[in-house]
Order: sequence, then C-alpha cells, then structure tokens
Amino acid sequence: MSTPFQIVVCGGIVPDPLQTLEPISGPAGPSLKNEMMLPAVLDPWAGHALYEAANLAKAVPGSKVYLVSLGPKAKLQQVMMTVAQKVAFELVAVDGPASGFTDAHEAAMALAEAIKTIPGLDKSKLLIFGGWESASRGAGATLQIIGEMLGVTDQFQGVDRIQVREDDSFEILERIEGGRHQVSTCAGAPAVLGWATGYLAEPRNDPQVGMANMRTIMPALQKAKAAKVGAEGLKFAKVELPKQQRQTRIVKDMAADEIAKEIAEWIGKN
Amino acid sequence: MATSAAKPETETLRTLPGDDVRQILWRFADRYDLQMLVQSSRSVARGIVAHLVAEGARNTHEWTERKNELLKAYDDAGITAAFMEPEEGGFISGPKNLALSLIAHELAWVDAGAATGSLAGCLALSPIHERGTPEQRQKYMSLAAPAQPGEDRKPWRGAFCLTEPIPYVGVDTGMLNGKVRVAEWNEGEEPMLQVEKRGRFITNMGFANFATAAVDTADERIKSSCIIILEEGDEGVFDRGTPTRKMVHQLSSTSDPIFSLKVPASRIVGGYTLKDGVIVPTYTHSEVIEAVFKRTRVTVAVMTSAKLLSAIEPVIRYQRGRFRGAEQATPGTLRYELGLQQREDVLHRLLDVWAMGEASAALAFAAARCFDVVDPLEKEKTRILAEQGIKGGKSELKFFRSVTKEALEFLDLCAKPEDCRNNVRLLELHENKLVQYAILDSVASVLCPAAKLWNTGKGSVLMREAVSLMGGYGITEDCPGFLGHKWMDSQLEATYEGPEAVQRRNLTVTMTNELFLKQFRNWIIEMRAIAAHKPGTGACTLATAMQLWMWTYNHTQNGTDANGNKLYHGTRQAVTFALADALCWLLASRQQILDAQELEAKGPDNPVVAEGLAGTLQFMTDLCHIQAAKAAGEVARICAELVYGYNRHPAWDEDGYKGCYQEQELEMLEGVIPGFSACATDVIGVDGTHPHKEGPCPSCRGLSGFQRIRNKLDGCLTGVMLAKDRAAESLQTVMIPEALDYPM
Repeated sequence: MSTPFQIVVCGGIVPDPLQTLEPISGPAGPSLKNEMMLPAVLDPWAGHALYEAANLAKAVPGSKVYLVSLGPKAKLQQVMMTVAQKVAFELVAVDGPASGFTDAHEAAMALAEAIKTIPGLDKSKLLIFGGWESASRGAGATLQIIGEMLGVTDQFQGVDRIQVREDDSFEILERIEGGRHQVSTCAGAPAVLGWATGYLAEPRNDPQVGMANMRTIMPALQKAKAAKVGAEGLKFAKVELPKQQRQTRIVKDMAADEIAKEIAEWIGKN
Repeated sequence: MATSAAKPETETLRTLPGDDVRQILWRFADRYDLQMLVQSSRSVARGIVAHLVAEGARNTHEWTERKNELLKAYDDAGITAAFMEPEEGGFISGPKNLALSLIAHELAWVDAGAATGSLAGCLALSPIHERGTPEQRQKYMSLAAPAQPGEDRKPWRGAFCLTEPIPYVGVDTGMLNGKVRVAEWNEGEEPMLQVEKRGRFITNMGFANFATAAVDTADERIKSSCIIILEEGDEGVFDRGTPTRKMVHQLSSTSDPIFSLKVPASRIVGGYTLKDGVIVPTYTHSEVIEAVFKRTRVTVAVMTSAKLLSAIEPVIRYQRGRFRGAEQATPGTLRYELGLQQREDVLHRLLDVWAMGEASAALAFAAARCFDVVDPLEKEKTRILAEQGIKGGKSELKFFRSVTKEALEFLDLCAKPEDCRNNVRLLELHENKLVQYAILDSVASVLCPAAKLWNTGKGSVLMREAVSLMGGYGITEDCPGFLGHKWMDSQLEATYEGPEAVQRRNLTVTMTNELFLKQFRNWIIEMRAIAAHKPGTGACTLATAMQLWMWTYNHTQNGTDANGNKLYHGTRQAVTFALADALCWLLASRQQILDAQELEAKGPDNPVVAEGLAGTLQFMTDLCHIQAAKAAGEVARICAELVYGYNRHPAWDEDGYKGCYQEQELEMLEGVIPGFSACATDVIGVDGTHPHKEGPCPSCRGLSGFQRIRNKLDGCLTGVMLAKDRAAESLQTVMIPEALDYPM
C-alpha cells in the first residue's frame, strides 16, 4: 500500500466562459468590465487537477486534498457553492485579485506562502497539483514558480495521468506534440504536476458532499489573509479580446467531403 | 404643472441580476445549504433537462428511458433528498418550503414539466410527512431517500392520487370517486381493506412504486374517508393506466391509473382507532389534504415566475441581434448594436414582463418563507392544544377566539410608536407562540392561494407577451429559452391543484380574517413610511391602491345592489372573486417593494453586489414603480366596477328628471349667477327633450370617499413613465452573456 499523499491543488477562479469579457483600464490597472458582478467558476484547468487529486486521494487511503485559491473572498465563496459539492477537500483561501492581469511571480509567492501555513504539511508526502494552463490570461508559469519557491523540483507539465506504484513511485503521462504522451517515472513525493485535461469527467454536484465541505470552507474564507498581488510595475500596451468572426454562406445539396475540403482550405488561408 | 428642469444622473443596470442579488432578494444569503441546492438543481436543469427539451423529448406522451434518466439526475443532485430530514437521508433540517421553491424555480427556468415531476414525488410523500404515523414516516421516507454510498437499492417513487370524479380534472377535492371497504377482518387480526380507485391526470404514475390515494368509505365498518397508501406489490390490480395526452409538461409522467387492491388497514395515513367495531381513521382525506395543499401550491406559483424571469435574457439577445446579418446593419450602427431595442415598444413591453416576473417571484418566495416560520409554530400549536385536550373544529375555533383577541392587541401595539406603547406587554405577546402562529398563519393562508392564483393566471398572460417579443421565433421549437413551450406550460400551472376558482374561493375566506385585515391596514402605513424615505419605489401609489381596496371591501361588506341584495356574500363570486383578484396585485407589488428594500439594506455588505449596487437598485426600484402602477390600475378598475357597477343607471324617467335642471329654471338662475348654465350637464328642455346619452349622470352620494381616493390614485401615478424610460435605458445597455447556458 502506498504512503498517503498530501495533495495541494492550486486553483484560481475565472469569469464564467459564457460571459462577455471586456478589458478596461481601472484605477488599479487593467481589469475586466463589471468583473465582480460576473458569475465566476473554478478555472477549468484547475478543476481537472482537483478532480484528479480527489480521485488519487480516494485510491490512496489516508490521503488528503487541500485547495489553495487566490481570489476575492466574496467571489471565492460564491464559486465554492458549486465546487464544494464536487469532491471532498479543505480550502485554504487567499484574498486577492483574480482578474488575470496579475503577475505570475506575485501570485505564486502568495500561494506558496499560503501552502507553507497549512498545519502539519509533510513535504515528503506533498504533491502540488494545478492547471498546466489557465482560462484567464495564464502564462503557464505560476505553478512552476510555486514549486521552485517550495523547493519542489520534480515537475511535470501537461499531465494526463498519474499511476502510483506499490513502492510509492509513480508513473506520469505528459502530453507532447502529435497527440502523444511522454512517460516519466518519479521516485515519489514531493512533486509538482501541472494537469492538462486528465481523463476524468466533472463529478456531479452532490449537496451532501458540499454540506460536509462547508464546515471547513466558511471558517477558511473568514480567516483568509489579504495578499498584495497586483499588476504594480507592469504596463499593458494593449489588451483586447479576440474578435468574433462570422462568414456565413448558405448552400444546398453540397456533399460533406466538399464542405470539409472547403473548410480546411479556409482554415489554411488563416 | 411644472416639472423639475434638471435631469438627475442615475446609474443603470450593469449586468443581469446574479445569484448574489437573488440570494438577498429572496433571503437566503446566509443559507449555504440552499445556495448549494440551487447550484445543483441548476446543473440538472441546464444539463439533462435542457438537452431533453432540445432533443424533442416533449414530443411524446410516453415515459421513455431517456426521460427516466431525469429521476437518477434528481437523486444524484440531492433534489430528491431535499424534502427529507437528515435522519431520513436528507441534508437540510427544518421546514423545506423555501428549499422546494428554489428547486422548482431552477428546474422551471428550463422546463416546468421537469419541476413538476420532481415535486410530485414530494407531494406523494407529503400526506405521510404531515399526517403519517411515525412508522409510516420512517418506512416511506427511508424507501424514497436516494441510496447512500455503499447501498445497493433503487429509491422508491411516489404518486399522489386525489382525483375528483372522473372524467374531469381538478373539480372539487371534496367529491371522491375512490372507495374503501373491509375485505377481511379476522378475530384478533388487522383488518384487510379493499380499495377501488380510478385516478385521472396523476403525475409520476409511469414509474411510481406507491401511491397515496384519497378514498371515501363504502362500508359502515369504516367511519370516514381517508388517504391510503397503495404499493405496487399489493394483491390485486396496480395498473398505471394510459399516458395522458398532454400538450404541456411532457417531462413529467402523467396517466390515468386503475387500482383494485387489498391492503392492510395500517396503510391508512395517520392510522386509525377501533370504536364499537368500526375503523375510525385518525384523519379524513380532507384533513390530510388541507395539511398538504396548504403549502404545496406555492411551488407551482414559483414555476411560472421562473418562466417570466427566464425570458428576459433570450428576448434581449433576440432583439439586439434582430438585424445583424443584413447588409444594411453594419457593426457600430444603432441598428446593428441595438436592433429592435432602438425603440420604446419592445423595451417597455419587456419591462412589463420583467416587473411581473419580479413581483410574482417576490410573492411566492415570501409565501414559502412564511410557511417555513409557520410550520414549527403549527407543530407547537398542535402540541399545546393536545396538552389542553382541545380537539376538533368547534372547540379549536372557540379556543382561538381569545388568541385572536391577543393577536389583535399585539398588532395594535406594533403599529404604535415605540415610546407610546406598553413594550412589556408587546414582548409578552411576542413570545406567545399561539399568538404568533395565529398572526403568521393568517398571512400565509392568504399568500399561498394569492401566489398560486396570480402568478400562474396573470403570469401566463405575460408569457404571451414575452413570446410575442420574439416575433415568429417565439412560436418555433428552436426558440431560445423554450419560450413557446413555457407559454403553453403556464396554462397548466394555472390549473394545478384545483382550477383558479378554487384559489379564489380559498382567498375569499382567508382574506376576511380580521387578523389579516388588521395587518393589511398596517401595511398601508408601512408603505407610506417606505415612500417617505425612498421615493420612487411606487410604495405611495401602492398604499393609495391598498386604501382603495380596503374602502371597497368595507363598502361591499355592508352595501347592497340596486335590488337590495347583499354585495359581499359567499355565493356572490362576481364580488368576492373580483376583490380577491385585486388583492393579489397589491400583495405581489408590496412584496416586490419589500424585496428591493432588503437589497438596499443588505447589498452594501456583499462586495459582489456592492460593485454595481447603485444601478441594480435603481433598476429594481423602477421595476417596483412600474409594477405598483400596473397594480394600482388593475385595482382601481376592479374596485370602480364593484362600487358603481351594482347601482342602476338613472333613466330619462320621472325619477331621473328629479336630479336634472329644467331649461327654464336654468335661464332664471343664469340671470342671478351669470355663466351658471354652462356648468349644468343634464338639462331638460321645455318640450321634454334631453341630452343624447343613456340617462342623467348617476349621483355619487355616499361614494365621495371612494372618488377622493381614486382621484388621488391617478395623481399617484406621477413619475411612473419616467421610471419606465429610465429602466428602458438600462435594458438597452445591460451586459448579457455571450450565449445562453443551455442549448436551443
């Protein structure tokens, strides 16, 4: 039987992808229009990491999952109403901005500090999970910096699977080009795993799991410390969202192959 | 009259109201259990339910395998367990009225049939929950609870089978077609009963494992009617019947079952006693139904509110993008950016839909919350009465006469300024559970039928408006938001649990309760107070409309018609029902204003809401104003018809002439008071000629009070169109998501 893990998932929140996002310049630098009022969700990449963490914790009895999240307290609370129902975890909240315009180094520092404050955290059992990417303006760097700050240098990015062996080592599948995976073996914890999509579906909402989680989530939110994370010193020359394009042509009786060919040519041109 | 010159700068609504705003408005910002339930119900609604509708699952009356997946989704999301106590497998303790209403709201946001199916299971369990024996509660709640981790069993599903005489639906709950008689009764053994029952329009029958059915006695050895539990494994016929060919709510299973079963007498809900060789059910079917229906109508009311509110986003999206794609509508032009929303008509009409949606949701959720408070008080009342040996209608009524007196005293004290009242006595009465029960029950008993009647009846009318705002798209199967379906569905909701006349009849009894009327009078003062510190809410308009209603109510209590017949009489539904209808408008509008007040008070404490609070609050306040004006108009119309309509119009006859000026008489008076003849309208010529109209204008003797209030009410509408224009501006600029979060 494997030694239990202490899995720390780093996961931020992002505006619900269906919302209209409009970058604006505010007094504290660039931000999104009406950001606080837009519904937020757990960053989908972090979500994959969280579900994989819960699955691993289930497979290795005695393991524990922590979700360390940096975001405005009120928004975190809102998001937790859904996330808390998915899987069992303990929240460590850090109160700060989550607009996607923050500096990866500052965000990593705040998260690393928060991880250090987790009582009884044993580095020899530590797995740091997070998203390989982010649905916000992610540079894909935060998780790696956190690892460096905590002295965890075994790092894997674009992870799709982890398989723990009897001797506590584990095999990891990392995405590489051409839709293939690179297989690595790690001797054991500690390690940093930046998840791609994994293989697990999103768990269903279960209010009973949520009720159990909320017993620790609400106190965690109440004592969340404010982190000075911003875009101080950063200058954004231009921020804009990709423009939607619509070039519609209505045709009748066109064979599927011809349609596919035409679309492929169109994509090639762009 | 001059108007102020400067146009004040106001914030507009930035985004559509989100969960945080709703949590404050509907008072569950501190209930994490309910917030999670909302999220999990939403995932079901905008997931499997929306996909079923989009795939055309509503095109069949049969309960298909695909539809059956809904049941598991309800179990998985905690929707089934929400009705139960933690010891029964649930996760919410205490009363569940608000919880069930929130589930209904989320599911009906997409499809009310799905909401109906989920609620029908609770309805089947309700008789057992409210009036069942401890053994019955334990057995059926445990069976119906979803399987816990590690358990390998399928939860039981229930159907509620009331059924008035077939072939009709929803006629009168007092007239049953089902019968129960003694089948076997061996010495020393429990009696076995033969139940014959044919149901009509019974929800959940396609898959129900048990049914709670109302039956009348057909045997002198059984004293009264009762509700009895029938299981699919019982000896005899448990025929689910043919599916009902509904045009609506096809995501709930509905059929006409046939039961002919032999069951033990212990299945009588609430149990029974034996007296002189006769089985005496503890509760008649009416007593059980009263306890059940007292609150379940609220959830249906919520379903129609959800429809109206869910229509806003699709309509805005459609209207704004209406011309995109045409050569003439290029990006950056008004036609491209605003589409139909360049003009007032669509904006103002959509505001009417939105205002009604807010008001109806406010009313229904207020009723649900009220029942959450009343439920434990009612249990306390039952315990106290049992302790004092008071049982049965008459002795209970007698006992409550003194309680009512104290309750009225409490309400009088509440209305007085703090420094002019006996606060010790007030506290004493406040802590008296029976007094508080009487007061709250009198309100809940009005809010429930009012919400059910008004939300569904008037809501279905406004749903038509919402559909019309989508143009031809509204009546297509791919209309975003399924608005066409919702329009049709709302008609069924208006007839659920009794046709509209049942709710009206119910209201005519409960609204005359002196405790309710006392509170209603206090609410008029409350509305004026709100208007004083927050002008522009429509509260003052509403207060005047409430005054007009009260005047009319009092007038009809003592007044008679032209034939000398009493105006307010149990059988004179043209009067009583009309007053009930008018009352609903007032109650909904009041609750909407109170909700906006709550948002103003609590909004600043929530950082999410606080960001755009000024605009949100301004918009919600304007909606209140719009709705209050609409309510005032309806009430004024109804009341005027009642006050004037039962007087006979004067004719050009001897009696009529008595009230008119004679031409010669006028000429004489003109000599004394020049210009006087210009004021006279009804003048009889020397040759007996008279003006071309029906008769002399009626005298309004005794009605000057009404005229004064009505006249004032017209003036109270000042500013409402400015509020509408301001809200319309918000509609033009409000940010909406890029796409609906469920499929077309």
